[in-house]
Amino acid sequence: MTRQMTGAKMVVQALKDQGVDTVFGYPGGAVLPIYDEIFQQNDIRHILVRHEQGAVHAAEGYARATGKPGVVLVTSGPGATNAVTGLTDALMDSIPIVVLTGQVPTFMIGNDAFQEADTVGITRPCTKHNWLVKDTAKLSDTIHQAFHVATSGRPGPVLVDIPKDVQFASATYVTPQKANTKHYQPKVKGDREAITQLVELIEQAERPIFYTGGGVINSGPAASQLLRELVEGTGFPITSTLMGLGAYPASGKAWLGMLGMHGLYEANLAMHGCDLMINVGARFDDRITGRLQDFSPHSKKAHIDIDPSSINKVIHVDIPIVGDVAHVLEDLLNIWKARGRKTNAEGLAKWWGKIDEWRKVDCLKFTQSGNTIKPQHALARLEALTKGHDRYICTEVGQHQMWAAQYLGFEDPNRWMTSGGLGTMGYGFPASIGVQMAHPDALVINVAGEASWLMNMQEMGTAVQYRLPVKQFILNNERLGMVRQWQELLHGERYSQSWSEALPDFVKLAEAFGAKGIICKDPKDLDDAIMEMIEHDGPVIMDCLVEKHENCFPMIPSGEPHNKMLLGENASTKDAIKSGGAVLV
Amino acid sequence: MSALKIKKGSSKHSAYDLRDPNADVIESHTLAIVVDNEAGVLARVIGLFSGRGYNIESLTVAEIDHLGHRSRITVVTTGTPSVIEQIKAQLGRIVPVHEVHDLTVEGPSVERELALLKVAGEGDKRVEALRLADIFRASVMDSTLTSFVFEITGTPEKIDAFADLMRPLGLVEIARTGVAALSRGTE
Ligand SMILES: Cc1ncc(C[n+]2csc(CCOP(=O)(O)OP(=O)(O)O)c2C)c(N)n1
Ligand SMILES: [Mg+2]
Repeated sequence: MTRQMTGAKMVVQALKDQGVDTVFGYPGGAVLPIYDEIFQQNDIRHILVRHEQGAVHAAEGYARATGKPGVVLVTSGPGATNAVTGLTDALMDSIPIVVLTGQVPTFMIGNDAFQEADTVGITRPCTKHNWLVKDTAKLSDTIHQAFHVATSGRPGPVLVDIPKDVQFASATYVTPQKANTKHYQPKVKGDREAITQLVELIEQAERPIFYTGGGVINSGPAASQLLRELVEGTGFPITSTLMGLGAYPASGKAWLGMLGMHGLYEANLAMHGCDLMINVGARFDDRITGRLQDFSPHSKKAHIDIDPSSINKVIHVDIPIVGDVAHVLEDLLNIWKARGRKTNAEGLAKWWGKIDEWRKVDCLKFTQSGNTIKPQHALARLEALTKGHDRYICTEVGQHQMWAAQYLGFEDPNRWMTSGGLGTMGYGFPASIGVQMAHPDALVINVAGEASWLMNMQEMGTAVQYRLPVKQFILNNERLGMVRQWQELLHGERYSQSWSEALPDFVKLAEAFGAKGIICKDPKDLDDAIMEMIEHDGPVIMDCLVEKHENCFPMIPSGEPHNKMLLGENASTKDAIKSGGAVLV
Repeated sequence: MSALKIKKGSSKHSAYDLRDPNADVIESHTLAIVVDNEAGVLARVIGLFSGRGYNIESLTVAEIDHLGHRSRITVVTTGTPSVIEQIKAQLGRIVPVHEVHDLTVEGPSVERELALLKVAGEGDKRVEALRLADIFRASVMDSTLTSFVFEITGTPEKIDAFADLMRPLGLVEIARTGVAALSRGTE
């Protein structure tokens, strides 16, 4: 049965057929026909954000917390350009997002029409793929392709630009089943021979480690399940990047904590000293590797990644395996079991002995004393008081983000949303809105810095309008803390522009939006304040005033290898970064 | 604290300086890329090269299958072996790219380029230009009393050699198509 309909109606029909229940957006002239269709239906809920950047981050939060693609609808010109940061963020973190933008009518494109921007041109480098649809007959097929591309292979953001005349004109609607998606079918099964080689190394390794990343989360819950089985079965230690937290539970006994620039001592030293590194869905990012020449010098390296371009990009590996994590791990487990579940028990026991020594350093220890709240203490208390809850954590970007990664424990995948690759201040608050939309009854907390939080504070309006009880846990050090830390380490303690002046009264700010505000300065009041925050049925801003000059440790100074870490408390930070590392960020 | 004495691009420790450019030999590779003939596809391919800092020595593109909406892009690029591998993997990632062939490694191939050269001169120089054109099997496409337009096809090296010879003889302008290439044999 063929169905004729307008382009605008097609958009809504295609979204319904793709199983979309929530769209984050902001209207304008070039998308009015689509908004008219949204008005006339009840299947898809539209969340009116307060800035298009917020819409994209909210969709990212929704996507990461559900595993489904996030959907955004914005107008042409400024609507589209405001979405660019979010698109880049989603591209860097491989988050499936479908952004629909309005465009000026086809006959006006190229004329500098009102609110015209070359949206596909501007977003070409920050999307996985994008389309300008000039013919209504192709619209529904293109939208289905967009969902397919966003969610297949290595996920990512896509954009469909829809001129206004294409929205008004009518054509035949194409269902998802009939859509043309055959040409893009990334390979998901890994090469059995390579997997068998890896199994052989697993059987012999004396000092193995699993180094896992966001690819495990993106591959879906089955991948995390298989990873856990493999880790429990082999007894190998496991560390993860910022992006992969939760794939293996923080309470698991093989868990070494996060690795990388602000990773744990034991995780980084184990990476440095291992003889077999099994990279599962991570990409040897520069935050992870430190100085490349000295990166894990004595190990054989295997790399499982769905994106062939990630392999051998930064670090040469011995066993590349291109495929989806869940598919590869399933084959790996089967082969390993079939060959008799062998590991080098003696080597492993020694290796764990070494790791336990490193663990004794207790690199996250801190002392809470006096009348000021240490940010680490605030997070440790947040962890203790929210652990049992059905909890989702978002963060902004800065010191607080790294502390959150260090001091909060993640037991499951899809519970941790942070801007990893792009490091986008302003990500966390809108992301928390997206997460809460997906999980209305869950406890959703955004661990924020005061400076980051202000970057998308307008979304308070969204949280209040939709009664989303998101908790904004602001670790307020009145500083651009991470910048200040680098200036201390690198620029002779000249704190150029790195403090937050003229901050709002966050309690009054919350109240001005019709939400609840809490301020906490005294360590004695901290637990009560946190409890008040989580028990309140509605959005809360908690302004937690913390120590202003705390540094985030451990830290591998940029340009240094993993075994040259600065540890906490008494680390000497002056001139810690040498000139060679200074060009790095 | 000492001022940072870092010359641009000089740091060995830069996270972006992923490969020591001197550690590996720079190779030239001819890549044939079969793409959907759709708006913006060339921009995607070129944007990849400019965005990631890869070189383009030569680029040709034309539709090869009208009904199937396919075009073929031939790129000659240079880089270390690992950069070339990256380029191929990155090209393969572009959604409308169907095939990426590295003709330089996939066995023998033929490479041809076409060039038009305008050479102005009189007397001996004019005679010499014509004589050399004959040797190079370049044909005269246009002539006035004081100029020729030669057409020459061949490998890029042959065209370079011809252009070098024409320079002292009054080469005014040159237009080159860039390389078109195919692998030899039945495959
Ligand atoms: C949009 C954006 N601009 C600038 C930066 C650089 N930057 C990284 S962390 C940081 C300071 C963040 O301050 P705050 O949110 O208060 O967090 P803190 O480090 O104090 O915990 C800045 C400016 C960034 N990551 N993103
Ligand atoms: Mg701060």
